[in-house]
Amino acid sequence: MDIRSQVSMVFHLDKCLGCHTCSVACKNIWTDRKGAEYMWWNNVETKPGTGYPTKWEDQGIYKGGWEKVGGAISLKGAGKQKGLLNIFHNPNMPVIDDYYEPYTYQYLDLIESPAGDDQPTARPVSLITGKPIDIKMGPNWDDDLGGSPDFARNDPNLKDLSPAEQEAMFQLERMAFFYLPRICNHCLNPACVASCPSGAIYKRGEDGVVLINQNVCRAWRMCVTACPYKKTFYNWHAGKSEKCILCYPRIESGQAPACMHSCVGRIRYLGVVLYDADRIHETASVAEQDLIDHHMSMLMDPFDPAVIAAAKANGIADSTLHAAQSSPVYKFVKEWGLALPLHAEFRTLPMLFYVPPLLPVMAAVKEVSHREQEGKLSSVAKTWDDSWLYDTSTEELWGAIDQARFPLKYLANMLSAGDEARIKDPLKKLMAIRIYRRWKTVGDISQQKALDALGDAGYTPEMADAIYYLTSLAKFDDRFVIPAAHREHAIEMLEYTGDNRGNAGFGFKAGTMQRGM
Amino acid sequence: MSWLNNFLFVALPYVAVVIFCVGAVYRYRASGFQYSSLSSQFLEGRGSYLFSMLFHWGILILFIGHLVTFLFPAMTLAWHSDPVRLIIDEIVALALGLGVLIGLAGLLVRRISHPRLWVVTSRMDLMIELLLLAQIVLGLWTALGYRWGYYWFAADLSPYLWSVVKLNPQIEAVSAMPVVIQAHVVGAFIILGMIPFTRLVHFLVAPFHYLWRRQQLVMWYWDRKRVRDPGAGWTETRPGNN
Repeated sequence: MDIRSQVSMVFHLDKCLGCHTCSVACKNIWTDRKGAEYMWWNNVETKPGTGYPTKWEDQGIYKGGWEKVGGAISLKGAGKQKGLLNIFHNPNMPVIDDYYEPYTYQYLDLIESPAGDDQPTARPVSLITGKPIDIKMGPNWDDDLGGSPDFARNDPNLKDLSPAEQEAMFQLERMAFFYLPRICNHCLNPACVASCPSGAIYKRGEDGVVLINQNVCRAWRMCVTACPYKKTFYNWHAGKSEKCILCYPRIESGQAPACMHSCVGRIRYLGVVLYDADRIHETASVAEQDLIDHHMSMLMDPFDPAVIAAAKANGIADSTLHAAQSSPVYKFVKEWGLALPLHAEFRTLPMLFYVPPLLPVMAAVKEVSHREQEGKLSSVAKTWDDSWLYDTSTEELWGAIDQARFPLKYLANMLSAGDEARIKDPLKKLMAIRIYRRWKTVGDISQQKALDALGDAGYTPEMADAIYYLTSLAKFDDRFVIPAAHREHAIEMLEYTGDNRGNAGFGFKAGTMQRGM
Repeated sequence: MSWLNNFLFVALPYVAVVIFCVGAVYRYRASGFQYSSLSSQFLEGRGSYLFSMLFHWGILILFIGHLVTFLFPAMTLAWHSDPVRLIIDEIVALALGLGVLIGLAGLLVRRISHPRLWVVTSRMDLMIELLLLAQIVLGLWTALGYRWGYYWFAADLSPYLWSVVKLNPQIEAVSAMPVVIQAHVVGAFIILGMIPFTRLVHFLVAPFHYLWRRQQLVMWYWDRKRVRDPGAGWTETRPGNN
């Protein structure tokens, strides 16, 4: 047992309102630079949709992630042989048009144009060439299902759905969507690290953050292909790859990453998870239907004395262990079984987990008659010109999940490697909590029914209260449990501190910069 | 003309080698951050596949061919004593040369015809591209106009290059060569001296170490076995960084 700690995340999709505040916070801090204009280390996609870059989930196009060949796994589109043979031209790499050409407007023309017969206009200009362009694509072009025929209809997750099911999803009355915020998953088996010919990308041992050493990066761009989530980006101006750094300067000083700190819907949770590094390779190599279960079983119980002893033997600080014990991520993922990794079938073992969205799934659209209602209204009142009802009732406990207007298969393709039973489980649990809360707050459900629902989901009322608290009421310090970085230990190891006795402060510390920032 | 020959075939090679060595080290230390070829595939990816592959594989194999003939002239002569082998190798080299010409010309046209690529193109990029183009044209001219290069390169040019290496330059043979071949030799030394200051430096940092490194890299701030052992930090003086 080789216990390591990882700063891990949970995003609660039911709470995401799609405001893009996270994306803007990230952009303002990290990617507001030349060559990085098109990059969104954090982005929020509307699902169904093709995402960013277009159809990133379709590994038939981009060849990202790992694939299992025989018993072993290898990188699908990169790696030692494929990577070096394709080093002169990477055939599977997305190009700028797969994201969008960044642009701005000539705002100055609005106020500096000479007087004339026409209104001055602000023409769009490319941020690459500086020349006027016709905008063909922009960030979140398909937000809230805009342009569905081109975008939502081409969502790679629709692949196993029958034409009739797809048709049903896109009828105007039945259309539903939810938001999928994405950052780097800081995987346990990162494909970007394995694909880098220069060895510039590495995972930090202490907190699991995956970083690119800009001094070592030589722009071979294999990471862009290898990352199945397309969360490494090529800076065309600097000739270096860049990616989400999980705001490590903020984490090291005890602050939440900018995207999480600024999250309006408070959907994001961050905390330490202890895992067994000895099992990474074995877990990444199991059959597809076992991937999630094996991934979950790698995450260790921070209260288990054997795990604590192994963690201490590996130099994990008591403060980190304590953070692991109060980690909201561990609770959501392991204790409550509510969160799943995104596209586990890519085999990178992502450490960002998603609580699946209940609402578009739960709500059914029924055909009803409004005649009785309309009879009660005066003649000037609104009348229904259709007979559809958006039904969020909880009359049948679990029926709504099966008859959802959002096919379970679609969610399963995203969050449970295609296994519908696996995605149904957390949805059922979320539904149980909802029924339980409805009994408590509205009272139109009997106590027996509420407790039965909890029992079916495997929860006790105490657990339900805890889930409700962490979902709806949690304060900043409950959502973000960040362990101390313990830089002082690192400094002590770099230099014999006795040398500096009598000196002012820490003296001269040349060694601390050697970690390749 | 002896002063010109002395300059081109004695002074220039030494100057080029010194500039190459000193320049490569200097530039790595001064601006190692930029030590790569600034890939433009991201800005224009579809048009470059064929041309890039033709150019890179062609020039790589031709370079190795030149190197082997220079280093092992006797072996080259022995191998090509069989006319079948000689003809096959001549044809292969000519085909690769044509591939490089097509690739390089295609890449140049691509670079000029896409405005997006202008923003990542420096004057040095164009200059080295034109020099390489001239070099490959001279090489093809040599291959077509002065056949059986495997023989005369191994017999005449290799001894000259070796004499340069041995610091005892003998330039009689190269001075008597046709002008086209002389230009090809001079072009090679000019390009060699320019490499450290162009995008060609990327081949100096070619990632061969990728082949034998382990796939996943994990880096630690501290030695995790020792960091929290109360006895550790003080029993040895100055433990290195991990």
